[in-house]
Amino acid sequence: MRFSSGKILHAIGLTAVILFTLFPFYWMVSASFKTQADILASPPVWLFTPTLDHYREIFADSKVLGAVGNSLIIASATTFLAVMLGAPAAFALARYEFRGKSDLWFWFISNRMTSPIVLALPVYILALQLKMLDTHLVLILIYLTFNLPIVVWICTDQFKSIPPDLEQAARLDGADQFTIFRKIYLPLGAPGIAVSAIFSFIFSWNELLYALVLTRRDVQTAPVVATSFMSGYELPWGKIMATGTVIVLPVTIFALIVSRHMVRGLTMGATK
Amino acid sequence: MPGRGSKPTIRPNRGYGRWTPFWFLAPAVFTLFIIGIYPTIFAFVTSFRRYNIARPRDGFPFIGLENYTSVLTDGTFWASLFLTAKFYVTVLPVQIALGLMIALLLHKTGMGFLKSLARVTLVVPLATTYAVVGLIGRLIFNRDFGVANWFLDSLGIGGLDWLGSQGGAFAAIVIMDIWQWTPFCALIFLAGLSMVPGEIEEAARLETSSKWALLKHVQLPYLMPGLTALLILRSADVLKLFDMVFVMTRGGPGSATDLVSIYIQRVGFRIFDLGTASAQAILLLIITILISRLYIRVLYKEVN
Repeated sequence: MRFSSGKILHAIGLTAVILFTLFPFYWMVSASFKTQADILASPPVWLFTPTLDHYREIFADSKVLGAVGNSLIIASATTFLAVMLGAPAAFALARYEFRGKSDLWFWFISNRMTSPIVLALPVYILALQLKMLDTHLVLILIYLTFNLPIVVWICTDQFKSIPPDLEQAARLDGADQFTIFRKIYLPLGAPGIAVSAIFSFIFSWNELLYALVLTRRDVQTAPVVATSFMSGYELPWGKIMATGTVIVLPVTIFALIVSRHMVRGLTMGATK
Repeated sequence: MPGRGSKPTIRPNRGYGRWTPFWFLAPAVFTLFIIGIYPTIFAFVTSFRRYNIARPRDGFPFIGLENYTSVLTDGTFWASLFLTAKFYVTVLPVQIALGLMIALLLHKTGMGFLKSLARVTLVVPLATTYAVVGLIGRLIFNRDFGVANWFLDSLGIGGLDWLGSQGGAFAAIVIMDIWQWTPFCALIFLAGLSMVPGEIEEAARLETSSKWALLKHVQLPYLMPGLTALLILRSADVLKLFDMVFVMTRGGPGSATDLVSIYIQRVGFRIFDLGTASAQAILLLIITILISRLYIRVLYKEVN
């Protein structure tokens, strides 16, 4: 009896967890399929005839499509750069001992902690002077401030787990350090590199503050455009929620792929 | 490369030149220097100037510590820091308590399918674009048709003007933050719980039937590193918190949700007083560096 009531409680608890985590997400998605009248209904409508109107509207809206395109370009480019620059650095941190190594670690982790507003101010002035405001490049570069540390951290962890014997053998065959990195560490560390790339994509895709202050019209990213609908008297709720869904869906899928590594990505490897 | 010839003396981690680490690190370090350190230095210099781009005719003269004295005597700045601290001590206990409960539910044996499903759904809030969390908040906490008021109504409590009242707006951003970050706490605690060696946990279960005793004496030591990481990381995250709150309330109504990042953003990009905003940002950076030092000292002892 005790046993089965414990089981029931366990099941209720787990169901509550699932409802808690999914409800706001579900509420957004369901609103994106409701007519404006159904969204504005009070009390809220739980059962309704779904409509695709809002999706038709946003897929015909060049502003939304352009913004999604911008987000794609920026997130992919910054991720690519972060991996190209970060993986070799991770190799050095995983395999070599040198002076100043702990300072370097400290610097990387500070980047994870720093509020973007600290850099947004000077970068805004510098970009204004260099006429780089409202370009893809400025966001691609500034996003490296948080992507590069993530790639370095996750890849360092991964590279450390590669047995040094392999390297010994390659060295006896006369391979130099660069060859060892390319032929042993890159292929064996590929899972870690992929995970760090996915994280870097997610964080860049989700970013709002830099995108808000460093872009004007041409390079607005998806989150900026979604929030820009939030003004005026009669808000187009269905359109806003459809845009939100389109923004969140791809990163949710990515996040599910790396869900086992989520903690590592968010703590920079502090807890395994 | 010179000095590489130390031949097959079988010593691990050797067999490379003095400069080899440098070449691997240089591209990353150089890039971070250009995009991270240089702008920080620039902000530091700007913090000693009058720099209001809405009034370009003033020029950008150096004015010594004037920005800092005005920031440190600015009640609004202190209020925003205080509010950020209040936000931290409001959300964190709830996130830790709920997170621990969820972790224990997920750690318990049985309910295989439901458990894996719950485990997977935890990732959803964490991946949701922060700005979109704010949009969802606007929808849920709408005064006229929001589902939050419907919920209060069905409990027999009258509806609230959530985003239009001071207390309501603060509560709303607290709730959205709890929704988004409780899973993070749960996952960290779950990782801690799974570190408890199986035989120790089983032996303890034979000794006592009290779950509380088990938690306190057996599991807690394994949860401590994660808890420490949470306390520090969440404090840095709250200082960074901008997107969700900006979309939901823009810091208002009044200054009810005017967290420090929101306030600095307004001074810099609404009033365009970049000198003052830079001084504020430098002070924020100093706080952040102290927090990161703490993080490293506590959690990366092995590095040094």
